Amino acid sequence: MSIKVIMTQEDIRRTLARIAHEIIERNKVIEHLMLVGMHTRGVPLAKRLAANIEDFAGLKIPVGALDISFYRDDLSSLNLQPVVKRTDIPANIDGKSIVLVDDVLYTGRSIRAAMDALTDLGRPQLIQLAVLIDRGHRELPIRADYVGKNMPSSRHEEIQVKLEETDGIDEVAIFPMPVDKEGK
Amino acid sequence: MRTTQQKDDPTLQIEPGVPETTSIWQHHHILDIDDFTQEEIEHVFHTTQAMKEVMSRPIKRVPTLRGKTLITLFYEPSTRTRLSFELAAKNLSADVVSLSASVSSVAKGESLVDTLGTLQALGADIVVMRHPQSGAPYIATKYIEASMVNAGDGWHAHPTQALLDLYTIHEHRGSLKGLKAVIIGDIMHSRVARSNIWGLTTMGAEVTLCCPPTLLPAGLGRQHHHFPSVSIEPDIELALDGVDVVMTLRLQLERQQSGLLPSIREYIQLYQLTEARLARAKPDALVFHPGPVNEGIEISPAVAHGPQSVINEQVTNGVAVRMALLYILAGSQKQ
Repeated sequence: MSIKVIMTQEDIRRTLARIAHEIIERNKVIEHLMLVGMHTRGVPLAKRLAANIEDFAGLKIPVGALDISFYRDDLSSLNLQPVVKRTDIPANIDGKSIVLVDDVLYTGRSIRAAMDALTDLGRPQLIQLAVLIDRGHRELPIRADYVGKNMPSSRHEEIQVKLEETDGIDEVAIFPMPVDKEGK
Repeated sequence: MRTTQQKDDPTLQIEPGVPETTSIWQHHHILDIDDFTQEEIEHVFHTTQAMKEVMSRPIKRVPTLRGKTLITLFYEPSTRTRLSFELAAKNLSADVVSLSASVSSVAKGESLVDTLGTLQALGADIVVMRHPQSGAPYIATKYIEASMVNAGDGWHAHPTQALLDLYTIHEHRGSLKGLKAVIIGDIMHSRVARSNIWGLTTMGAEVTLCCPPTLLPAGLGRQHHHFPSVSIEPDIELALDGVDVVMTLRLQLERQQSGLLPSIREYIQLYQLTEARLARAKPDALVFHPGPVNEGIEISPAVAHGPQSVINEQVTNGVAVRMALLYILAGSQKQ
């Protein structure tokens, strides 16, 4: 199996700094901003972006965590059951500008689920999407507002994001999917 | 790695040890918890926590079970178990239909098997059944493809009640390992006691049973290869010494005509959980009762409504635990 590292720790650091600048630039009133990370790896990414924004703009942005298990459209067809994580939104989201944060944008179905989950919690002024990797193959009309890296990929490949907080190391790798997982 | 205040924010933990998916759940039905592993019960705890977050929202409803049909089939009266299942299913957007034996064709003599066939034909995905006959839900699984959830069968088992009791302990204490629990009262007729014995011992708690010898099931207390090991202590004051968890049971007054007790008065004198007796337990011991409570018989009103009572929490957690179980079951139903 050939594993190719496509982002190193330094790449990830630089990319998150750039996205943080873009978020500040695009959102003139950053007082209304809230970052919402999608479990699992969106949460540490959202925290790092918030820390960057605090460094660059001197303003502390609230960060939330969102679990989308309850909103999935494929619960009965999964081989393995998703483990539900804690949803934790620190403040009322009504009127807020929400930036959803996830590690990889693929079919867009998770983002659809996340938007449903968010709108059940209130009425944000707007929702934007920030992802570390966009690998294509959308099945829904969804696109990201902030993309760390566009990574054209085959459906037979797997993209694995590892983060220090969850996996002990910062790294993004691409490799051919193991045969037994393709049936999923 | 950058250190900021947000990193230490306790409300946003990432739970690094928790996997994204799991295959530990092995049940298509929930009949009893005697075959549940510790990992499965912990998976239920974990999922229940997420359900409690849903229940704390202003709109406590998620679309998870949209399009699934849950039918409750009750051959015995019930308030909280049935309501709790219905609310749990509705919070997850399932369609809920309720059938009471007393007002259905069962009253005209329809057999359990025929009734189940009808529910299957109507497209039930999950059937929640309470039946006076021990073992009825096991037989039912042979006649139905839907997931069967036992909401109490005879004297045998009440798995969802036990799971909500275990969850309530877990919530207060973090772990059940090494805790001392005492179950006081009508053990013989109690499906709640049986399921709790399985659950508590599986999770590593020590269990003592306290009741008049006539209300102790035959053979219990002897070392049994197919039943967990428990201690027996008929003296309530000794039984309560230093315990962490006190479970009281409803004295099934409707089943006391057969001379098992000399009198209710004597039972009250010897076995009622009073403040004075509870003082022998640990100061932070939790007091449970599965309801409905005979206040002034198995438990004094002062204890039932006192600071150590978690009776109302049991009811609230009951909805969350059942939401968790329905969610887990739905995930185990392959299309």
